[in-house]
Amino acid sequence: MKRIILGTSVLAALAACDSSFAADWRQFRGNAANSVAVGESLPTELSGETIAWKTPLPGRGLSGPIIIGDKVFVSSSSGYGQDRLHVVCVNAESGEQAWQRQFDATGRTMTHDKMCNATPTMASDGERVYAFFSSNDLICLDMQGKLQWFRGLGSEFPNASNSLGMSSSPVVIGSTVVVQVESDAEAFACGVDTVSGETKWQIERPRAANWTSPSVLPATNDQPALALLQSSKGLTAVDPETGKIVWNFEKGASTIPSATVSDGAIVIPSNGLTAIRPSGEKFEELWNSAGLSPSTPSPVVIDGMAYVMNNAGVLSAGNTSTGERVWQLRLKGSFSSTPIAAGGYLYAFNESGTAFVVKPEADKGIVISELDLAETILCSPGASNGGLYVRSDQHLIKLANRK
Amino acid sequence: MRADCVYCRMLLSAILVFTLTSDRSRADDVADSIKLLQSVEPGGKGTGIARHAVESLASSGAMLPVLKGFKGSSPLAVNWLRNAFEEIVTAENAASKSLPVEELKGFIADRSESPIARRLAYETLRDQDAAIEAQLIPDMLLDPSAEFRRDAVAKLINEAAAAEAAAATPIYQKAMSGAVHEDQVKQIAEALRKNGETVNIQKHFGFLSQWMVIGPFDNKEEKGFAVAYTPETTAAEGKPLDPAVEYDGQLGKVKWQAVVTEDDYGVLDIAKQIQNYKGSLMYASTSWKSDRDQNVEVRLGTPNAWKLWVNGKLVFEREEYHRSSAMDQYKVPVSLKAGENVLLLKVCQNEQTQDWAQKYQFQLRVCDSTGSAVLPVSTTAKNDVSSGENR
Repeated sequence: MKRIILGTSVLAALAACDSSFAADWRQFRGNAANSVAVGESLPTELSGETIAWKTPLPGRGLSGPIIIGDKVFVSSSSGYGQDRLHVVCVNAESGEQAWQRQFDATGRTMTHDKMCNATPTMASDGERVYAFFSSNDLICLDMQGKLQWFRGLGSEFPNASNSLGMSSSPVVIGSTVVVQVESDAEAFACGVDTVSGETKWQIERPRAANWTSPSVLPATNDQPALALLQSSKGLTAVDPETGKIVWNFEKGASTIPSATVSDGAIVIPSNGLTAIRPSGEKFEELWNSAGLSPSTPSPVVIDGMAYVMNNAGVLSAGNTSTGERVWQLRLKGSFSSTPIAAGGYLYAFNESGTAFVVKPEADKGIVISELDLAETILCSPGASNGGLYVRSDQHLIKLANRK
Repeated sequence: MRADCVYCRMLLSAILVFTLTSDRSRADDVADSIKLLQSVEPGGKGTGIARHAVESLASSGAMLPVLKGFKGSSPLAVNWLRNAFEEIVTAENAASKSLPVEELKGFIADRSESPIARRLAYETLRDQDAAIEAQLIPDMLLDPSAEFRRDAVAKLINEAAAAEAAAATPIYQKAMSGAVHEDQVKQIAEALRKNGETVNIQKHFGFLSQWMVIGPFDNKEEKGFAVAYTPETTAAEGKPLDPAVEYDGQLGKVKWQAVVTEDDYGVLDIAKQIQNYKGSLMYASTSWKSDRDQNVEVRLGTPNAWKLWVNGKLVFEREEYHRSSAMDQYKVPVSLKAGENVLLLKVCQNEQTQDWAQKYQFQLRVCDSTGSAVLPVSTTAKNDVSSGENR
């Protein structure tokens, strides 16, 4: 165990020192799965001038873009039955497509009309990219688009599907891709080896529909990084190397927005919002706030404040020391996309394609600018090297200040 | 001079032998790599070998052999072969080599090859020359590839929409003969009915409309899903359904009753046609006469939990309630025998009270992998505009 702790700590330390890692946006809600773009400075005055490029995509998707170095990756699905899977790599500077690879779904592709097969966001360890789909096809490609391995989890476990669609995005922790495949008929989570594609571990999960994604509890000096698996039952911390359960929060949780980690505490969409602080194999409950209740977007936590979006497009800010709601700001429209925080601002996209830049202050939130991109946006954006990336149902779009 | 010629001939022969041997060796390498990809197993096993095989094929230029390898391969292997093909195209493009257009066209025309591979070959050509769409698609109306059919049907729908009503009808009828997707069939049927034509959508899709139904049996707290009530134990024993026998049901004695659906899409609505017994389950049975042993797909749509038996054998079960319902929601591969085949479906309703959780229904059809109806031998296709052409 000590060796694992040491190894993971060293990796974490290396990652922290690796500026390219810091600039990447490697998975759903970013490297730490907390929607915070550390050190990024994004445009605050959005306008047509800040649209650096728009690149057409080969299909629909609710999956957000990930950015590795100078490459942006995004998945799509197309075809009458949504059975054509696409992984697209685009040059971050020019917006030109570097390559595209296609595959055929091996699992069920049926989803609700609003969702689609390409709903989960891709993930990466910086050397490879991992695309996951509602059909439970998990595909690993190298940075040039060469297939490294292909897992048809939909055909291996044909009852692990949801007729409304699956949406859980994978996370990469060390050498493990962690995926949650949870439905009413069959539910499991597994850790897949990043290099070989073989299953390291698989655990049963509560048999119930679940659209949340795993979160990451970063390594500390005392403990390696943990995968946080959320479900209607609560939140379970799992060793990503072995699948061993470390602790269980059992007060129930939402099945749509996912937990967020910030400064060693975890903010869980549970009975509104509940904060806990884990320590070793235990955790302490900090507060619960029924007044902070996220709908589809996951909470964003930064600088002592937790931000949640409700069904009516109201952004609420709560104090992370007490859980007390401090202010609310009504934005326009409905939101599926989780906002991101960068440079002291929040960036949010509503479903009809309007981008909002919000300046959160101590007692209020102020909309600094907004831009109507006039295309359906259901994904969570990514940020890297001054660029804010978002995908619509037609395009991959980069927003950035003119050089 | 003569000695030079002998020397030249020897040299040429040596080169020829080397070239032939080398070509044969290269062909063997290609064949070996394809075999490796075809044998890739689920669970991520052997992917290192598969990666090397793709690497080896990438520089081979062997587009046609790789495409031919799709036929009979598993869905997993098909994805490896697709990636190998894309790598070859990438390498050929980088080397500014031309595509083997005529060979690819010949491959696309060969309907015995894999529909996925033929479509891949077509899209590769189309990316370089959009004109092939007009050349190839009109002949794809009855193609084994649902994607090709869809394109051909769409073209005819557009032609019909631009024609006068009288001229449009035969074009729509022709389009219907190849249509396998619900949206296109709906669009065509609406246009034909507007023009006064009779359209039998049920038969077009191969929905089963005549059922014997028995129930309700107890499914309180969703426990009945796992309980084998007498109708399913009887079916598992291969005994025929007896409409005269009474069974103990949830609310008293129950008997098999004939229920017919007139719905275009074969929906048998238990809630409306019988009753929405909450916390109950029903069994529905029908027979399907096949003229030969054959593999088909049974496609089912239901928002309820279900189990399906064919000739007494459980072929799939699914315990999911009220997560939507749609035509072809589930596709179950099934082997039918020559003669009568008995299908038994268990449909379970739970006790959810929400408005959106009150459906108690199913629709079931028999078709091939394109979604084209496979009809039982006793069925005549009267009133079916697609009669005789939908295969």
